[in-house]
Amino acid sequence: MIEARGLTKRYGDKLAVDGLTFAVRPGVVTGFLGPNGAGKSTTMRMIMGLDAPSAGDVTVNGRHYHGLPWPLHEVGALLEAKAIHPGRSARAHLLMLAEANRIPRRRVEEVLELVGLTAVAGRRAGKFSLGMGQRLGIAAALLGDPEVLLFDEPVNGLDPDGIRWVRNLLKGLAHEGRTVFVSSHLMSEMALTADEVVIIGRGRLIAQHPIGDLLDRSAQRFVRVRSPQMELLVAALDGAGATVTLEEDGSASVRGLDAPTIGDLASDARVALHELSPQSASLEEAYMELTEDSIEYHGAHPAVAVPAGGTR
Amino acid sequence: MTLAATSPTGAIARKHLPPGRYGLVDLLRSEWTKLRTVRSTMWTLGITIVVGVGVSALATGEARAHWASMAAPTRLGFDPTRISLTPLFFCQLAIGVLGVLVMSAEYGTGTARATFAAAPRRAQVLVAKTAVFGAVALLVSEVTAFLSFLVGQAMLTAPASHASLSTPSALRAVVGTGLYLCVVSLFALGLGTILRHTAGGISAFVGVLLVLPLIVQALPSSIQNATLRFLPARIGVTMMTPASRTPHAFSVWTGFLVLCAYAVAALVVGGVLLVRRDA
Repeated sequence: MIEARGLTKRYGDKLAVDGLTFAVRPGVVTGFLGPNGAGKSTTMRMIMGLDAPSAGDVTVNGRHYHGLPWPLHEVGALLEAKAIHPGRSARAHLLMLAEANRIPRRRVEEVLELVGLTAVAGRRAGKFSLGMGQRLGIAAALLGDPEVLLFDEPVNGLDPDGIRWVRNLLKGLAHEGRTVFVSSHLMSEMALTADEVVIIGRGRLIAQHPIGDLLDRSAQRFVRVRSPQMELLVAALDGAGATVTLEEDGSASVRGLDAPTIGDLASDARVALHELSPQSASLEEAYMELTEDSIEYHGAHPAVAVPAGGTR
Repeated sequence: MTLAATSPTGAIARKHLPPGRYGLVDLLRSEWTKLRTVRSTMWTLGITIVVGVGVSALATGEARAHWASMAAPTRLGFDPTRISLTPLFFCQLAIGVLGVLVMSAEYGTGTARATFAAAPRRAQVLVAKTAVFGAVALLVSEVTAFLSFLVGQAMLTAPASHASLSTPSALRAVVGTGLYLCVVSLFALGLGTILRHTAGGISAFVGVLLVLPLIVQALPSSIQNATLRFLPARIGVTMMTPASRTPHAFSVWTGFLVLCAYAVAALVVGGVLLVRRDA
């Protein structure tokens, strides 16, 4: 469990993170989304106790990071790729971390095996590709078999196989009951892995939802209808309070009513329907819409920056 | 098979932490692993020893070669211990670079984040680093001093005068040379911690050891005489010489304490910044 309350980071007169309040639950993969520069990495560094918050606070399993008796046994993090001395081997890097938290030496071999670096574990890490560096970072995160895991853009630099491997790993870790918090600037990536998303823009919380709810909240959601008796249908829908837009191709887009309701209305009005198809925005579009708003209404309170959907 | 009956929550339920909390012993072990697993350590320490013995052999060899042509008063004032040890000023650059690197490389490579994620009480990390690097630096510095002395004296064959470890004050000068190099490299570790940048740390180190004396020498003599004694180089000469004939200098052990104050000050300032600044 990770809990942030009013978490704020100020650099000079720039607010990198602005009053973030959110909770990351165990047992699910929580995506941490936002455009580049939204404050994701800064937030993660504050969770890890690397950067001190200017205001507010954040706890891991109810404690501040500095108060954890055995940090690596409780929290594992991949914060940046290749954050390792180029002259040190992967094995030595993991060993020095293991020793700092009294993790048995055999665990180093276990995680090397797990991420597929056993064969190159004795080589200088400076010769590693970005993907190998990323795998080493993941190995370091898993070293203490922690309950809480943070990954900052974990698929960067990985090939398609590696990306699939990371997705399965994240899901597996969550399935074991761990808290998994993964940042990304790509909604498409999160759509495949995350169960829940925390979305930020310009350091502010825009939304925290189960990923499915994100679509429901999108203004892009509507139902497309076609009918040979369009005028009758539009009248019936208008009467029920929907917003109807006639499209050039002869269809109509209906917002504010769901498909079953529209079907029932048509039936009651004895209008034949030739098409009745719910349309949803892609997650990507829903996400773009949300983050655009954060930039457009930067004077607004984060809570009202969430659009109220397509209804009037 | 009996172990296969896992609890419904899987791995998490079986998790048990070691007793207590992580501490200095764990960090000492970790820092030792860090120090011994990078090549720059072996390089800089190797260079310290080789350069030390080399320049000492050069200086003593040169003295021996000119012994015959040396004027009588020069011969009388000739100090074989001093001539074999003072060339070791060159070594402070090699071991000082390592001192800076021990901390600055953590920041340069991003290892610092991993280090402080494992050990969020950062002051303790600096204590462990200082202890581990200090012990290694002391060992290597003393080895360098003893080897240089012994090789240097071996070069000074008869009729040139030479010393042995039983010559009055020679042992103290040899030990003093090692101590000087060790403490100066800890000062470098402090600078590396303050500046968190390899090039910056090395520049500051060279600035204090080599450039500061030049500046002091350009000052009016009244100020110069009052400040000269505080220069690490001046303290070093006293520590490396059996009988001090250096004017405007502290006595050997007072000088040593002043030198230690440099290192302690740099490490304390570095430690305070380490705790206060974002990693």
